[in-house]
Amino acid sequence: MAMAEGHKSNAGRYVIVYICILAIAFLQFVIAYSNITAPQMFARMLFLAAVEAALALLFFMHLSDNHGLLWFVVVFTVFVLLAMQYGWTDSFRELLGAPWSSYSTS
Amino acid sequence: MSHADAMGGPAGVMEKPAFSVPAKKMAMWLFIIADTATFAGCLVAYGFLRNATPDWPRPFHSITNVALMTFILVTSSLTMLFAIDAAKAGEKAKALQWTLITAGAGALFALLHIREWLGLIGEGMTLLKNPWGTGLFGAAFFSITGLHLLHVTGGVIALVAVGIRYQGGRYNADDLEITGLYWHFVDLVWMFVVPLVYLLNLSH
Repeated sequence: MAMAEGHKSNAGRYVIVYICILAIAFLQFVIAYSNITAPQMFARMLFLAAVEAALALLFFMHLSDNHGLLWFVVVFTVFVLLAMQYGWTDSFRELLGAPWSSYSTS
Repeated sequence: MSHADAMGGPAGVMEKPAFSVPAKKMAMWLFIIADTATFAGCLVAYGFLRNATPDWPRPFHSITNVALMTFILVTSSLTMLFAIDAAKAGEKAKALQWTLITAGAGALFALLHIREWLGLIGEGMTLLKNPWGTGLFGAAFFSITGLHLLHVTGGVIALVAVGIRYQGGRYNADDLEITGLYWHFVDLVWMFVVPLVYLLNLSH
């Protein structure tokens, strides 16, 4: 491939990351059929999804090349995600009044 | 050479871009961060409902369709990278070709998604009710996957528009890269939608 001056193709690296992401996605499908509890399944799948997302962010979206932007994105996103956890305890109270819910405290 | 000089302006007038990222790319990153909060809000709200509703339905019998959709979307991220690589190498025709392949993969993903929706609607699932359990499932499923499908559709249109304008010389490789950032984000969101919305609701 004729490259423009100063440009180096990263196709090899992209293909390796692509294969890794596909392999992790395959693992998620395997976990879906494994004989474990729903919370265990949730935790494992969420962990693998986070790894997939990290690979995509670092290598597909090139955050590995810009540490300042990487920290900006990570700190902001983690803060938002942590702040959302505040609602967990309240979610059960909200469900009591939700339409069509058969949730009951008795 | 100072940054201001490099930008062609007088020294001291041009402010250094945040994180050394050009303004257009930074705008896309800010959009992505904001959209991450939107999707995270939807998925966390879905988690609240899924966790605390005893009769939550598990309507998915097969993973074939969702596996195929995942493969197509992840592969489209790779073809997008090839497009950007070709654009940076100055190979316009190849860049447009890979961009259109990416858009085609996105369109195929959207068609498979709509086919799946039609199948579920055919089984009696609507926004408000379904034959398997709580009516909240339909609302949660269609909201989350619908929001994602909307992003995919927007992405396909953007890819075609930017690709054609890049070929015509109006846009450059950086513009294609910025569109690529959006496309990778759409792929990234799907990585969380699949396990939470599909795989945790498989009927065994």
